[in-house]
Amino acid sequence: MTWLNAIAQGMLLGGIFAMAAAGLSLVFGVMRVANLAHGDLMILGGYVASVAAVSLHIPVALTVLVSMAAVGGLGYLIQRTLLDRAMGLSEFAPLMVTFGISVIIPNVLVQLFSNDTKPLGIGSLGTASIRVGSDLAIGWFPLITVVAAVAVLAGLHVFLYRTQSGRIVRATADDRAVVRLMGVDNRKVYALTSVIAFATVALAGTLYTMRQGGVTPYEGQLTVLFAFEVVIIGGLGSLWGTLAGGMVLGIAQSVGAQISPDLPLLAGHLVFLAILVFRPQGLFGRSVLA
Amino acid sequence: MSSPLLHLDAIDAGYGDFQALFGISLDVAEGELLALVGANGAGKSTLLRTVAGALRPFSGTVRFDGEDVTALPDIHRSRKGIGLVPEGRRLFPSLTVEENLRVGAATGRKGPWDLKKVYEMMPLVADRRTRKAARLSGGEQQAVAIGRALMGNPRLLLLDEVSLGLAPLVVEQLYTALPGIRAEGTTVVLVEQDLTRTFAVADRIACVLEGRVVLTAPAADLTREQVTAAYFGTLEVTSP
Repeated sequence: MTWLNAIAQGMLLGGIFAMAAAGLSLVFGVMRVANLAHGDLMILGGYVASVAAVSLHIPVALTVLVSMAAVGGLGYLIQRTLLDRAMGLSEFAPLMVTFGISVIIPNVLVQLFSNDTKPLGIGSLGTASIRVGSDLAIGWFPLITVVAAVAVLAGLHVFLYRTQSGRIVRATADDRAVVRLMGVDNRKVYALTSVIAFATVALAGTLYTMRQGGVTPYEGQLTVLFAFEVVIIGGLGSLWGTLAGGMVLGIAQSVGAQISPDLPLLAGHLVFLAILVFRPQGLFGRSVLA
Repeated sequence: MSSPLLHLDAIDAGYGDFQALFGISLDVAEGELLALVGANGAGKSTLLRTVAGALRPFSGTVRFDGEDVTALPDIHRSRKGIGLVPEGRRLFPSLTVEENLRVGAATGRKGPWDLKKVYEMMPLVADRRTRKAARLSGGEQQAVAIGRALMGNPRLLLLDEVSLGLAPLVVEQLYTALPGIRAEGTTVVLVEQDLTRTFAVADRIACVLEGRVVLTAPAADLTREQVTAAYFGTLEVTSP
């Protein structure tokens, strides 16, 4: 039963990874920008929530919204002031911009808050659980996380495939020059995409911070790797693939930890490498474009 | 006389150091169909792109409905009613036919064209509505590209080489849509390589040679020989 437990915990961890990866995948799909700062933005989301809870005494449940609004707003500013210009320069320039941001964020966080863990407690919710069997317990909080992940991905799916704005986002991803002939300002589409991506990664970061009980400045260097792994495992351009990718990575890490406490990261990376070798298009990816 | 819907005055345009258009001046009246004729590389597509605003001219003026739109980018010109069916069709490959058409309506313009009317006019497109654009034949793609531009309810429709790479029979089918489009009062500027077809549909013909308009006249006043001469630049042509 401990194995079953590890798998269940891994799936729940995978929910956070999936949410974190969704924004990365969206930004890459629409703008062809690999956002290297994605993990640091996730951690920044955790810090915003922590500051909101500890210093501003905002109820912990509401800090999720504060974090999403703040980081989403930052996404708008970064897109309009930096990335739009960088995208006009070369393919390489936006990559350098996001790399720069990924350096700035943790250093600013160290300056402001030191290297110590910034706490974000969720009280009894952190330990409350539902007993499913004699050895299997599913925590309420991880369960909420996985439900949130499914809701975010389903919401994104409905937005992209069932609304006119979503269709325009996908059309812009296909051909950014031609949408302009239909009266669509592609830069506004980019701004919207960034806001969505930054807000979802902030949500992931807040839940991640709650799960860990706190957050440290340099964790983004690890979480960005997870996000990229999830996108590649699941397959680019598939939201359900992203969810599956999150689950696979979560389970790999969780099962790895069950074998030995040293193993979770290695197990995750090994599964990622195996997917790259045996199914490079990802679990749900299409080997042929479109 | 009322002012023309489209008025080009002394347009110089090109890409970087390369100049493709030299002092183009041209008027298109509301409701008219003007055909641009010229060899590959003569600058016809560049001219259409300049009218649509996808390309900023080096100098000269573009007036649409009396308004100077030279500085307006393509986004705003499409909202004002200039619709371009670009060279090579350029559908959104991962979107379905219907989604492509719906994105075409993003100009926000009101008018006669909506999904129902496009499907009525092009049953070929209606049959494929749930198919991904990437999985269409060339002719189907072209029909959807035209439908997508119509969904934006343009006053001026620019058609760039509708027949490029298509079988004659397919081209014939596409051209059957033209009277329906014109019946709504839409002004059309098209680029066509087939002279017979050009003479059949055009009110007026403009011949473009190496970036210059060398001949403009009502189609009825022109002979094939005159247009051919202008096309190759082999003869000194004089407007009749």
